[in-house]
Formats: sequence, structure tokens, C-alpha cells
Amino acid sequence: MAIEVRIPTILRTYTGGAKSVEGSGATLAELFGDLDARHSGLRERLVDDSGLRRFVNVYLNDEDVRFLGGLETPVKDGDTVTVLPAVAGGQR
Amino acid sequence: MLTIAPELHAEIVAHARADHPDEACGIIAGPVGSDRPERFVPMLNAERSPTFYRFDSTEQLRVWREMDERDEEPVVIYHSHTATEAYPSRTDISYASEPGAHYVLVSTREPDETEFRSFRIAGGAVTEEEVRIAAGAAGPGPE
Repeated sequence: MAIEVRIPTILRTYTGGAKSVEGSGATLAELFGDLDARHSGLRERLVDDSGLRRFVNVYLNDEDVRFLGGLETPVKDGDTVTVLPAVAGGQR
Repeated sequence: MLTIAPELHAEIVAHARADHPDEACGIIAGPVGSDRPERFVPMLNAERSPTFYRFDSTEQLRVWREMDERDEEPVVIYHSHTATEAYPSRTDISYASEPGAHYVLVSTREPDETEFRSFRIAGGAVTEEEVRIAAGAAGPGPE
């Protein structure tokens, strides 16, 4: 068992085109670190120095992790993490 | 070029008018790879703001999963500007993450006339494209 991570089209250049990849870790931060070992560059598209990038939404199962513990959210085998690009903008 | 059925064009304009002076946003889904906008999905603007919009993240996950199950993708991603022209702002460009989508902008700044324009946004570059409103283009209802 592992944690399934679903990757949006825009980031599949980092996964060789794969729609989902597997990883492990006790928290989301560890999971992203683990993924980056095999999919170099992916982590930097998801997080910056201040935490999750505002351009992406990350979900643990059905919950936006911003409403859970952010990068410190605990994850476990059998979970599904979904990454989607945030859709946003404005007049300026 | 964006080819869109008149009913779908009217739905976008009606949504933008209904939410004015806040920005309205949503998508039109269509079969993957078809470039045919078919299924109108208005989205909540989680910001409820006259100057910003952001899809509600929980609703977005539900809609994106539904598209996955139906082999669809967001063919059109639309939002309104309520006091400025229908042209992508710097913020719009920095967030644009679907190089294959038609980014539709409508402006509701004039009460009697709704500007409706379509753009491709890829790698920070904006390219305006022609909009063809065509009866008989894929849309709701019978062919």
C-alpha cells in the first residue's frame, strides 16, 4: 500500500505524463519530499518557503488541506491526495 | 477560434449579469480533445468580490471529478470583469494553468451591452481569438 497522488495535466511533465503517482510519508510535507526524489521539480511547483503555493489546491481524500493542517496534515497508506490548479484571477 | 452555441453564450452572459457587481465565474465542459464546449457549469466565486474571483475549492474538486468520470475537460473557463474591459489582467495570466482552454472574459461595466471575448493564455502570453456564435454548434438540448 502507498499514498496515491493525482497529478493535474499542467504538472504531468514532471511525472512522465502519468495521471497519478505513488509515494509515502507521515505528513503531506514528507510525501512531497518523497515524490520529489523520483519526480524532480514537482515539489517546487507545490510549495514555497511559506507553505503551499496559492496557485494550487491540494486535497486529502475529499478535503482541502488548507482546512486541515496544511503541509503538516498527517497522511497514511491508502489515502488519495489530489492536486488541482487553483482557478482564480481578478481585475488587476 | 472559439465556436460556441448561442444558448451557452447566453448562459454565460446571464450568469455575469446576475452576479454583477461581483465577478462571476465557471466553465463549459466538453469531451476530452474535442474542443467542443457542451455542458455549462456555473461556479461559486469563493471571494464574492467585484475585483477578484476564485473557484470554491470543494466545489472545484467535485466538478473536476465529475468531468474525469465523463471523459470531459474544461473547454471554456470564463469569468467577468465588472468595471473594466474584457481582457485578462496580470492576476488572470499568473493563475492561468490550462493552455488548452479558451479563457472567456465578459465585461458587465456597460448596463446595456456585454463585451464577450476569448483568449488563449499559455506561458504568460495572451492571444485573443475570434468568437463564432453558431446555431447548431454543440450545446444543450437535441441536435
